[in-house]
Amino acid sequence: MDACNITDNQTAVVRLSSLAGSVLLKQKNIEPIYQMSCRDRNRIALQSDILGAVALGINNILFVTGDHQSVGNHPHAKGVFDIDSIQLVSIAKSMRDKGIFQNGEPLKKPFFNLFIGAVCNPFATPYDYRVDRLEKKINAGADFIQTQSVFNIDHFQNFMDKVISRGLDKKVFILAGVTPMKSEKMMDRMKFHVPGVDIPDDVYNRLKNADDFQAESQIVSCETINSLKKMKGVHGIHITALFWESIIPSFLERCNFLPRP
Amino acid sequence: MIISEQKPFDSIIDIIQKGSVFIIGCSECAALCHVGGEPEVLEMEKKLIESNINVTGWIVLDPACHLLNNKRLFKSVNKEIDDADHLLVLSCGNGVQVIEQLYPDKHIISGTNTLFVGAEINRGIFERECNLCGSCIVDDFEGLCPISHCPKQLMNGPCGGSMDGKCEINRDFNCIWDEIINKKNKLKKTDSLMNLFPPKDWTSYKKYQWRDHHKL
Repeated sequence: MDACNITDNQTAVVRLSSLAGSVLLKQKNIEPIYQMSCRDRNRIALQSDILGAVALGINNILFVTGDHQSVGNHPHAKGVFDIDSIQLVSIAKSMRDKGIFQNGEPLKKPFFNLFIGAVCNPFATPYDYRVDRLEKKINAGADFIQTQSVFNIDHFQNFMDKVISRGLDKKVFILAGVTPMKSEKMMDRMKFHVPGVDIPDDVYNRLKNADDFQAESQIVSCETINSLKKMKGVHGIHITALFWESIIPSFLERCNFLPRP
Repeated sequence: MIISEQKPFDSIIDIIQKGSVFIIGCSECAALCHVGGEPEVLEMEKKLIESNINVTGWIVLDPACHLLNNKRLFKSVNKEIDDADHLLVLSCGNGVQVIEQLYPDKHIISGTNTLFVGAEINRGIFERECNLCGSCIVDDFEGLCPISHCPKQLMNGPCGGSMDGKCEINRDFNCIWDEIINKKNKLKKTDSLMNLFPPKDWTSYKKYQWRDHHKL
């Protein structure tokens, strides 16, 4: 693979700091994509972490609003949400391109080596607004976009058609999300309980009826990747093998991604 | 109005422990919420007496957050208040703290939890409305407030968990952003959906965090 995402306390569960994780990867010569969420820090801390990341040689930062604290393992916590992901993208861009903080004050030392990421979920409603929201993120300063996991290829194709018709694929790199699901239980949870995930019935039933769920799940994901590879406007793939990271090397090989350039 | 609920009676008894009590109600919000009007004050008196607690008297202020009016009304019950060890206040937190200013030497007990600023939308049904952020932005959102009604206070559109008009955090609740988009579509004001709203200025919110006097 070319880079690894380090998530920021995803699902609002306490985990290793994503900045620390990104540094550890960097030390192993793996390119990190440092994820930063607006849930736990205000604009002061977030800007400070951007400076910290750049100083530590972390150059890809993906900005998200973050899962609400009520869904995690500290539901009694107070969320911050001082700013939203689009505002944070805009702040990061101003820091990089104009050399100013959110308050307009100049940075003492400018920096330029920051690749700004954001996310997009084509499967959430209202569908028509999702392309607008993507465009807003691009206008705010996103250089690359990682999408929600694609299971519904037809719906994603529809979305990409609109993206292309507005020329947005020329302004940003779009990495389509793909999730090989480890178990039936995970699939059930994702289909019925995770808002914004769209697993169509035919995919669901195919996996439900498979003799070997894990083998079939990887085949389905591989087929999805093959379709995405052919899709105009898709620049790359973001693989999220949740709790199943061990399969990634063989999975990449199976999908003809190896060797990497 | 300010929405409040009465604390469980047992927890009020736990705070009182011993000594005599004077009960203070409020004729406005707390009365409308049925936690501090005359019927609730009388019910509280009855339950305290049944629990062998001496009640020296009661009053319903009009309303409890009106300091000058409170001074006038309290004149009629000076002795009853003097005789009480505890002032049990059945108003919102505003009333409780105004009464504390009038009786700094008395033990003040808040008999309610103050929940939110809202409206009674049906008999006994209250809806949370304003977040008291101090700088109103609803004019940008067709009268709908993402600061009050989006749990993530998003100002630039719905998050990726908005589904079929419902909030990802609790499917019982509508996504306010879905409502904003629908209303803008209806009013043909969709162009403004592409506006990038900058980070909110919380200065006015913070300005009112102290117990300062504000001349309005």
